[in-house]
Amino acid sequence: MTGSLGNVASLAARAGGSVVRQVRSAIDPSTARPAGAGQPASGWLVVTVFRDPSDVDTGQLPAPLAEFGDRIEVRVRPAPGGKGTELAVRLRDRPSSGTALGRLSGSDPQADLRSALRRAKQLIEVGEVLAVDPAPHGRRTATPGGALLEAFTKAAPRAGVR
Amino acid sequence: MKAVTWRGVNEVGVEDVPEPRILDDHDVILEVGLSVTCGSDLHLLGGYIPAMRAGDVLGHEFMGTVAEVGPGVTKHRVGDRVVVASFIGCGQCWYCKQELWSLCDNGNPNPGITEALWGQSIGGCFGYSHAMGGWAGSHAPYIRVPYADQGAFTIPDGVSDERALFASDAAPTGWTGAHQAEVKPGDVVAVWGAGGVGQMAARKAMLMGAERVVVIDRFDNRLAQVRTHIGAETLDYEQVDVPAELREMSGGRGPDVCIEAVGMEAHSNGPQYLYDQVKQQLRLQSDRPTALREAIYACRKGGTVFALGVFGGFVDKFPMGAVMNKALTLRGAQQHGHRYIPEILDLMSRDEVRTEHLATHVMSLDDGPKGYRMFKEKEDGCVRAVFRPGG
Repeated sequence: MTGSLGNVASLAARAGGSVVRQVRSAIDPSTARPAGAGQPASGWLVVTVFRDPSDVDTGQLPAPLAEFGDRIEVRVRPAPGGKGTELAVRLRDRPSSGTALGRLSGSDPQADLRSALRRAKQLIEVGEVLAVDPAPHGRRTATPGGALLEAFTKAAPRAGVR
Repeated sequence: MKAVTWRGVNEVGVEDVPEPRILDDHDVILEVGLSVTCGSDLHLLGGYIPAMRAGDVLGHEFMGTVAEVGPGVTKHRVGDRVVVASFIGCGQCWYCKQELWSLCDNGNPNPGITEALWGQSIGGCFGYSHAMGGWAGSHAPYIRVPYADQGAFTIPDGVSDERALFASDAAPTGWTGAHQAEVKPGDVVAVWGAGGVGQMAARKAMLMGAERVVVIDRFDNRLAQVRTHIGAETLDYEQVDVPAELREMSGGRGPDVCIEAVGMEAHSNGPQYLYDQVKQQLRLQSDRPTALREAIYACRKGGTVFALGVFGGFVDKFPMGAVMNKALTLRGAQQHGHRYIPEILDLMSRDEVRTEHLATHVMSLDDGPKGYRMFKEKEDGCVRAVFRPGG
């Protein structure tokens, strides 16, 4: 394709792109929905920690989980194949799991617990919770896309499919 | 400090940003010696990976000198000359312990984004969008390196900065492709893409004993580099029918291993390119898999196809029938660099891996926009534009 033809195609395509996306979402929602974004009926959130089960003491949970006190149930069992230990947690009051969109945007009832479980895994495996901010950056232009991404980035540590 | 930043789609800037500081015990602050553009950056520039914010610092392939160490760092001291893997791995999770470093469970502080996209998150990457952790990039005088005992490697004396630089990403990515595709002695290996990664994949395939290695591209200067510096054969896809040539070169079988080092913005000659371009711009597919399709078509029965170029989302007209009926093994990966960088540095010190020729244009950070333009448009035979923050 020549450059000019490509540019014309690109401009035309971009102009119609959002409309097409809307239509496609309406007629075929599966294309807009990530696979596997549901939640198990049991309500357990699970991570596998690469440590022996004896190293994961449910009586002395890492601080992010300990803060939940008796509001959570904890289950630990060996992971098969030498993969470490499966650490599972769930809220005792078993709230609704919320919508897939809520889970993916970190606004579901288990969002805080999901974040705490991830941080607990890091503390057990690495000994620290990885911090990224403040990361050096230049001027943030105020755009709708930028605002959306910032909101999603802020929610991302609490968001997920599990 | 001054940094090269993403300002918007196809817009690169140079602006002042705060200096990084140590946030975690296992961090080092690196004074960047050299930092290089990568073909995968072009996907960010073009807006094909829509997780960049204006002001994000670009760059993920770099080397430099340790300027400050966190209290938990044991392997490095101030003044060490190191090269850093572009992916961020903790070294403690199951994936890192299996040496599948790019799959680290803990290196991406924003796991929700890639979990939503791919079902699971992978490790973080410097300067590669908020989907990959939001880590600041290396086109700056200083960069914070987390998990530095894992990801930073001391450069042997006698290996130049210009050579060691490519042990950060291009070489270990190429190594990942050839090694994980399990190239065997006597194999015929085809590599799509004669950029830095494709050249390094070809070199590793040769070191693993491949009988014949063929690299495919359309740019004369890149193909000449392959012949001169790597020692592999070449095909210009604008001049020949690639699958037909590969069949002839492999006794009618097709290559045993096909490595795709192009990614989501592949070009081609045929009408399928127009089709893929329109569909990508309409966002009916996120990635153009032209070279990947050809690799699958060309591969011998029972062979292996390795997707080494960066793909972000979804592709169309994927030849699943060929994958299934020809009993192909289809694999892919970002680089598991920590596994390969020590070997690469050792080979570099023995002159068995040479990469200086990739750095066709070396310039200051002030020339960031020009460097990316030259790299994207392949101006003046640009293979890689390299930035030297020290001027």
